[in-house]
Amino acid sequence: MNLTLKIWRQKDAQSKGKIVEYPISGIEGDMSFLEMLDVLNEELITKGEEPVVFDHDCREGICGACSLQINGEPHGPDRLITTCQLHMRKFNDGDTIFIEPFRAKAFPVVKDLMIDRSSFDRIQQAGGFISVNTSGNTIDANAIPIRKEDADEAMDAATCIGCGACVAACKNASAMLFTSAKVSQFSLLPQGQVEATERVMAMVNQMDEEGFGNCTNTGACEIECPKGISLENIARMNREYMKASLKG
Amino acid sequence: MSILDSKIPEGPLADKWTKHKNTINLVNPANKRNIDVIVVGTGLAGGSAAATLAELGYNVKTFCYSDSPRRAHSIAAQGGINAAKNYQGDGDSNYRLFYDTVKGGDYRSREANVYRLAEVSGNIIDQCVAQGVPFAREYGGLLDNRSFGGVLVSRTFYAKGQTGQQLLLGAYSAMNRQINRGKIQAFNRHEMLDLVKVDGKARGIIARNLVTGEIERHSAHAVVLASGGYGNVFFLSTNAMGSNVMAAWRAHRRGAFFANPCYTQIHPTCIPVSGDHQSKLTLMSESLRNDGRIWVPKRKEDVEAIRAGKLKPTQLSEEERDYYLERRYPAFGNLVPRDVASRAAKERCDEGFGVNKTGEAVYLDFAAAIQRYGKEKALTSGIHNPTAEQILEFGEKVIEEKYGNLFQMYEKIVDENPYKTPMMIYPAVHYTMGGLWVDYNLQTTVPGCYAAGEANFSDHGANRLGASALMQGLADGYFVLPYTIGDYLSHDIRTGKIPTDTPEFDQAEKDVKDRIEKLMGGSGEHSVDYYHKKLGKIMWNKCGMSRNEKGLKEAIDEIAALREDFWKNVKVPGAANSMNPELEKAGRVADFLELGELFAKDALDRNESCGGHFREESVEQDGEQKGEALRDDKNFKYVSAWEYKGEPKDAVLHKEDLVFENIELKTRSYK
Repeated sequence: MNLTLKIWRQKDAQSKGKIVEYPISGIEGDMSFLEMLDVLNEELITKGEEPVVFDHDCREGICGACSLQINGEPHGPDRLITTCQLHMRKFNDGDTIFIEPFRAKAFPVVKDLMIDRSSFDRIQQAGGFISVNTSGNTIDANAIPIRKEDADEAMDAATCIGCGACVAACKNASAMLFTSAKVSQFSLLPQGQVEATERVMAMVNQMDEEGFGNCTNTGACEIECPKGISLENIARMNREYMKASLKG
Repeated sequence: MSILDSKIPEGPLADKWTKHKNTINLVNPANKRNIDVIVVGTGLAGGSAAATLAELGYNVKTFCYSDSPRRAHSIAAQGGINAAKNYQGDGDSNYRLFYDTVKGGDYRSREANVYRLAEVSGNIIDQCVAQGVPFAREYGGLLDNRSFGGVLVSRTFYAKGQTGQQLLLGAYSAMNRQINRGKIQAFNRHEMLDLVKVDGKARGIIARNLVTGEIERHSAHAVVLASGGYGNVFFLSTNAMGSNVMAAWRAHRRGAFFANPCYTQIHPTCIPVSGDHQSKLTLMSESLRNDGRIWVPKRKEDVEAIRAGKLKPTQLSEEERDYYLERRYPAFGNLVPRDVASRAAKERCDEGFGVNKTGEAVYLDFAAAIQRYGKEKALTSGIHNPTAEQILEFGEKVIEEKYGNLFQMYEKIVDENPYKTPMMIYPAVHYTMGGLWVDYNLQTTVPGCYAAGEANFSDHGANRLGASALMQGLADGYFVLPYTIGDYLSHDIRTGKIPTDTPEFDQAEKDVKDRIEKLMGGSGEHSVDYYHKKLGKIMWNKCGMSRNEKGLKEAIDEIAALREDFWKNVKVPGAANSMNPELEKAGRVADFLELGELFAKDALDRNESCGGHFREESVEQDGEQKGEALRDDKNFKYVSAWEYKGEPKDAVLHKEDLVFENIELKTRSYK
């Protein structure tokens, strides 16, 4: 197929960016979206131009590096996948495709389509852990039975890949789904109870400090999340936050 | 006597590690505050080592090329992690895990290292559960297990099909706690470009800030390399796009011996290549072989009809299918080790039984498992006479619970529904057992330079068993290296901070800058990918699943010629002093072009078949094992450790003889 790509180009964090148009041909349905960009970049390099910079690594939907706002949707038109798993068979010959970086104040552009998501790391650093040292002397793994349902629910929350699609999808650029996924994982497990109060306070405070917006329950994050992280996690985090606030 | 000293402690196998820990030197907590450690790579091995070292009190600096440690490729490991917990009461023990691993590695690993791995495996599970890793559980609330290839017990712990992700996020959370305390400084989007030695000891690295292009000097009292494997030398592999050998190779050039480079794991269950545009290959977890049956049609005309789209695989009856693993290896069936399963698939496809348009695919079929689970689930749901539809519905649901994310991944890539039609799979490069040579303490031949995880060579011999990579990465990082490195650092308590304004750092920085300039100054004829793909083709065709003398010799010449061409004609656009992904790739491919040649040289030297290394000249001639790989213990019972001497062709081979005191060397049979 032949396509028209309209891609955000921006030299670095300080420069102003703009949309640049690139025609591309010979694209096959079996190609992934990023392989289509590889083809474009190979052409640009041959012409002596600078290739389009974008984050990517595992190309199997688990590392969370790839992003891209494709025709206005994080990770493009398909559901429950990342951009690297999106295949060109979802597009038609003659389509025009807009490709932009995820937009949020807390995700400044590094170059072209690459963004800085270190704000996510700092939220995790504020409290996204259980304070247990490595010793080899912790209790036996089976010493505390955990209900299968709770373990499964914790696992569902823990599958967040930290890509930032939830933020990009949200009109407020809120990071509530991301933050609540971690808070939920730990609040559903007995190991996470001990530090529950400090954790939720610290993570929510950091989230606010990074400049993410508030949650107004539109649910766009849940729809665009490539891992299907549920809105219930936000409700759970709100409860945890309320409990923690009351404890003071 | 070899110049390689593996420093294996004396005494009975089961006591070695405990005795060693009791006798090595420790650093007191006050002194640890004055000691710096650099950790390159933040996957399972690097992340766990960094967190543990920081907990102990050392000042840690971590480096990774990603924007966050959470993105390291350990995250993509799917199936599980082994541990000798014997929760299933099926006869597992440290010894059995040790035995399975040595046998699975085709008797080419070090007994003492592997036993230690088995010994700490249980602690890993305890530690991860304490960290909040949500492993799969049974209805009684206890941890669930599954089976992996090459073993007869269920010892694999898992978190759906995302075990690597959950373990990595556990290590990442442990790191985050230390970053929060100021004990770890994380340098993300940074790449190590050289190792700096002072008075023969590793004392720092030169790194490039990938955002600004700045070249930076970082000093430390010791350097830990946990930078992963080199499977991307094949261009197409299940590795991440950025996975590379640079850190290990730079250390090799500075004196660290490189061990067994030819030991590569070709994983049997990956999604087949679809075309020339392919940028990477996707693994379908080995856990699928618990329930999937592998087959090709018995008759060539059925193969032709399937390829032409005139026949569907589901239309073939049981009698018309060749379940070749069950046929050839009745004892282990579909759960033979990876190297055996891969070669068997290649054999069928080479004979013309491949089921897709490229002729390089076999079926992995879940129909039988869906029936089995469906009937069981119907019974436990109180339905004693279920209809065929009910069985199917129940069965598919069970399969979805177990492997849902893998099935979804497959469907998105191939555009076929694997619940309804068998998956197509083919072997692909997955893991490299070779790596930097290390002694029992995980120290390389450069004092103060350590290697952990896939970056070292130590535990898997010539073939790694499934679910053992995660185990080894975390064993090294949580439980081995933090102890053994203390013994070395105990001599550094009075050293003080290592200065970076010294001639050694000056020289290393200059070398790095000269190399970048050279990469940027090519004639500009071909892109980096052009060379990488060419290298990958040579490697796959001549150093892949089956190797012979002629092909290996050709590969050596072809790679050397390609490398020369690369340095003359590569085209790297953009500037060196800003973000430049093409420049990053160029540096990595330059190193692959050296490693690839050493790889072929090592494969040529090892004129035996063992594990993932299959030499066509060395096969069983008759008897029950006819046609199977033939190991040659008399001549090749050694680790090959290569010393850098300039060009790869000049590399010098050192041999570490492997001593087996606790296991009898046997022909590996899975029949």
